[in-house]
Amino acid sequence: MTVAYMQAIAERYKAIGYTPYRWFKAEEGPAWMPLAKPLADSRIGVLSTAGAYALGQMAYHYKDDTSIRRIASLTPAAELRFSHITENYLKDARRDPDCLVPLTALRALAADGFIGGLADEVFSCMGGVYSQRRVREEIAPALLAALRQQKVDAALLVAM
Amino acid sequence: MCLGSALDIFAAGRAPRATLVDYPLGHSTGKPFDPADQLDIVRAALAGLQSMTRAETITRLPNQWDTQGLWRADAMRADGGDARQPRDETPQFQHADDRAAARASGALRD
Repeated sequence: MTVAYMQAIAERYKAIGYTPYRWFKAEEGPAWMPLAKPLADSRIGVLSTAGAYALGQMAYHYKDDTSIRRIASLTPAAELRFSHITENYLKDARRDPDCLVPLTALRALAADGFIGGLADEVFSCMGGVYSQRRVREEIAPALLAALRQQKVDAALLVAM
Repeated sequence: MCLGSALDIFAAGRAPRATLVDYPLGHSTGKPFDPADQLDIVRAALAGLQSMTRAETITRLPNQWDTQGLWRADAMRADGGDARQPRDETPQFQHADDRAAARASGALRD
């Protein structure tokens, strides 16, 4: 049995007197795009919603921050940082960033030829934005443009 | 490919492809300081890009956080779990040194 997060978070909000949390529920199914070439020939892009940033970049703020960060995929784990409105989930990632932004594993899979390559830059946003409209109109188009610029064949979205 | 630990949220969002790792939130790509676990999870998720043939497929990985699974009860508690921070527009640097580094690079001007 998995954790019913939507129910748990709705109850938690109710308990502290917040207005009911309105979860996004997709009304239509997603578009389907088969992988155009073998994985071993595919360039992979990465997106983290964990509020990752690299040393030297701006941290996120917690009031619907819709900015994104472009992080060089060669960035050492020791130079990755996190700021996200639900900080309690970052305890381990702040000690070992690879449990949320797996650059070490991705570089190894590219070196082994399991994937054709890793994008030069990976992307992050702060996933705790309460406005569905701002996610749809600001974050999503910015990330799509950034991934297209990296000419990736497929993307791995790591949710926190 | 979406990779994460909340099955119900993936299902509600109707992700085209999803890989579920049934760990406490904050460990979507593996246990801390366990590079073998991290590599295993990321490899399995990427393999799904090629092996999945239908939209809205969700593959659950066999990886276990521990043998007892007591963390799930904590995650379900209505009085616990995520401790949301106050919502304001102050950049929340992880370390004080990060602020200095952002200022030195020109990313932060204050």
